Amino acid sequence: MTATATRPPDAAPPATGGKRAAKRERQGAAWVFLSPWVLGAAVLTLLPMAVSLYLSFTDYDMFDAPRWIGFRNYTQMFTEDPRYWRSVITTLTYVVIAVPLQLLLALAVAIALKSVKRGKGFYRSAFYAPSLLGASMSIALVWRAIFNDGGSVDNLLSGMGIDIGGWINKPGWAILSVALLTIWQFGAPMVIFLAGLQQIPAELYEAAAVDGASWWRQFRSITIPMLSPVLFFNLVLQMIQAFQVFTPAFAVSAGKGGPADSTLVYTLYLYDRGFTASHMGYASAMAWALLLAIGVVTAVLFRTSRAWVFYANDNNEGAR
Amino acid sequence: MTTAPITTAPAARRRPTGRIVLHICLIAMLLVMLYPLAWLLATSFKPADEVIASLKLLPSHFEWGNYSTALDGVNEVSVGRLLWNSLLIACGAVLGNVISCSLAAYAFARLRFRMRGPLFAFMIATIMLPHHAILIPQYIIFNQLGMVNTYWPMILPKFLATDAFFVFLIVQFMRGLPRELEEAARIDGCGPFRSFFSVILPLTRPALITTAIFTFIWTWNDFFTQLIYLFEPEKFTLTLALRSFVDASSQSAFGPMFAMSVFALLPIVLFFLAFQRFLVEGMASSGLKG
Repeated sequence: MTATATRPPDAAPPATGGKRAAKRERQGAAWVFLSPWVLGAAVLTLLPMAVSLYLSFTDYDMFDAPRWIGFRNYTQMFTEDPRYWRSVITTLTYVVIAVPLQLLLALAVAIALKSVKRGKGFYRSAFYAPSLLGASMSIALVWRAIFNDGGSVDNLLSGMGIDIGGWINKPGWAILSVALLTIWQFGAPMVIFLAGLQQIPAELYEAAAVDGASWWRQFRSITIPMLSPVLFFNLVLQMIQAFQVFTPAFAVSAGKGGPADSTLVYTLYLYDRGFTASHMGYASAMAWALLLAIGVVTAVLFRTSRAWVFYANDNNEGAR
Repeated sequence: MTTAPITTAPAARRRPTGRIVLHICLIAMLLVMLYPLAWLLATSFKPADEVIASLKLLPSHFEWGNYSTALDGVNEVSVGRLLWNSLLIACGAVLGNVISCSLAAYAFARLRFRMRGPLFAFMIATIMLPHHAILIPQYIIFNQLGMVNTYWPMILPKFLATDAFFVFLIVQFMRGLPRELEEAARIDGCGPFRSFFSVILPLTRPALITTAIFTFIWTWNDFFTQLIYLFEPEKFTLTLALRSFVDASSQSAFGPMFAMSVFALLPIVLFFLAFQRFLVEGMASSGLKG
C-alpha cells in the first residue's frame, strides 16, 4: 500500500505534447472505467456510513423524523442494557473459540496435504466444499437438528457415556454448536495456507535437512516465518467475518438468540433492535460500535504483525 | 503428520507406511465432515417417525412424500416460484459484479491516474468494513426509492462494484498479465477501451469466471439481506422460505424441510462439482501476492 500511495502521480518524466495528450486521455479513460465503483462507494458506502453515524445520535423509528438525543443511545448501550453486553460476550466467546481452532485445523490439514502426492486435488476440493455449503440456511438447519436433544450428536455422546443432552437447548453449549459450524468450514483458509506452503522454496528445507534440523525445527524456523503473511491474512479475514456471524445463530435459536440469550450474537441483537423493535438509532449506534471494535482489533493485529510477520521479498508493488 | 525427528523430511514422507497412515487419517476426517451432508440427504427421505430416532442414515423405506410436500412449497408458494426468485437475484448479481468489478479492476490494475493510491487503499479497506455499518442507511435509501420488497437492493449494488473483494481478486489477476500486451496494442492504435475489451478482458476470463461463480453461490446463500428486504411470500427465495420452517419446526415437518433444503443446496453442489478448479484457485490466489 505504501509503495502505491507514496508514488507521486506526476513523477513521470517530462513528456512531449503528444504524449501528454495521450496521458490525459488515459486519465479520463480511467475515470470512465472507475465510474460505477465511484458511484457505489459514494452513494452506497460513504454516505450510508455518515448517515449511520448521524442516526446513532438520534431516536429514529423509520416513521417519524429522527430526533437528536446526543450520546443517549451509547450510554444506554454501555450502561443500561444487559442484553447488549450479553451479545458482546457471546460474540467474543464465539470468536475466541471458532477462529483459532478453525485456523489451526486449516494449517494442520494444509501441512498434511502438502506432502500428499496422489489425490491432492481431490482432498483439497473435498475439504473446501463445506466452506461454500456451510454459509447456507440449509446446513444451519442440519446443525440445529443434529445438535438438538435426541439428535445425532447427542446420541453419539450418550452412547459414549457423555450426557450433555441437546446442545441447542443448553445455555453455554448452544454457542459451541455455532462455533463448530464455523470450524467445520476450515477449507477456505486451508486452501490459502496450502497455496502459501507451495510457494516456500524447497531449497530452504533441503539446506535445513543437511544441517540436521528436525521436523519441528524446520516447521518453526522455515514454515512459520515463510507462511506468516498468509497466516496474518487469514487471521484478519476470518476474524472480521466471525464478528459478523448471523445465519447459524438465527437458525439455531429460531431467530430469538435463545436459550437465555446464549446465542444472541451481536448482529442478531442488532437485527432485533433495528428491524424487529424499530429502534434504528439504537441499531446504528450498535453498528458504529461494531465498526470501531473491528477497526481496533484490525489495527492491533496490524501493529503486532510487525513483530511476527516476515516478508521475504518486499520488491513487488504491495497491494495491502 | 509423521514426526521423524532425525531423518530428513522428504525421505520420511516417501516411506509407504507413513503415506498410508496419512491417507487413512485424511479419509477418516473427510467422512466425519461429510456426515452432516449425508444426514441431510438421508433425512429428506425419512418418514416422520424415524427422523430423530437414531444415528442410522438409511431410512427403513424411502419416503418420497417429503419431496412432493416440499414441491408444493411454503405459504402456498411453489418451489418452482421460489427457485425462480432465487435464480433471478443470483443471476442479476452475477451480471452486475462481473461487469462493474472488471471495469474498476482494470482502472486500478492497468491505468495510471491521480488519486490511484488513496482510492485503491480505500477500496481495500471496504473489504474489511462490516456490512452492518452501512446497513440501516442503505435500507432507508432503498425504502425511499420504493425498492423494499423488490429485488433491486440485492442486485443494484452489484452493478456499482460494492463487492470490493472481487475488484481485488480481478486486480490481482490483471497485474499478472504482461505489460507488453497493451504496449503492443497501443502501437497498433488501440486506446484504453479497445485494449480493455479486446486484449485484457479475454485474458482475464479465469478471474471473471471465479467472480461469477462465487457471486452466484454467495448471493444464493445470502440470508440476512433477503430477510431484511423481502417480506411478501410470493417474492421469497428458497433460502428465505426455509426460514418459515425455523419458526414452526414440529417433528412432522422435518422430512419436507430437509427435502426443501436439498433443493436449496443442489445448485451450489452442482456449481461446486463443475467449477471446483476455479473456486479453489480463486480462493488461493486471493490470499497470495500483495
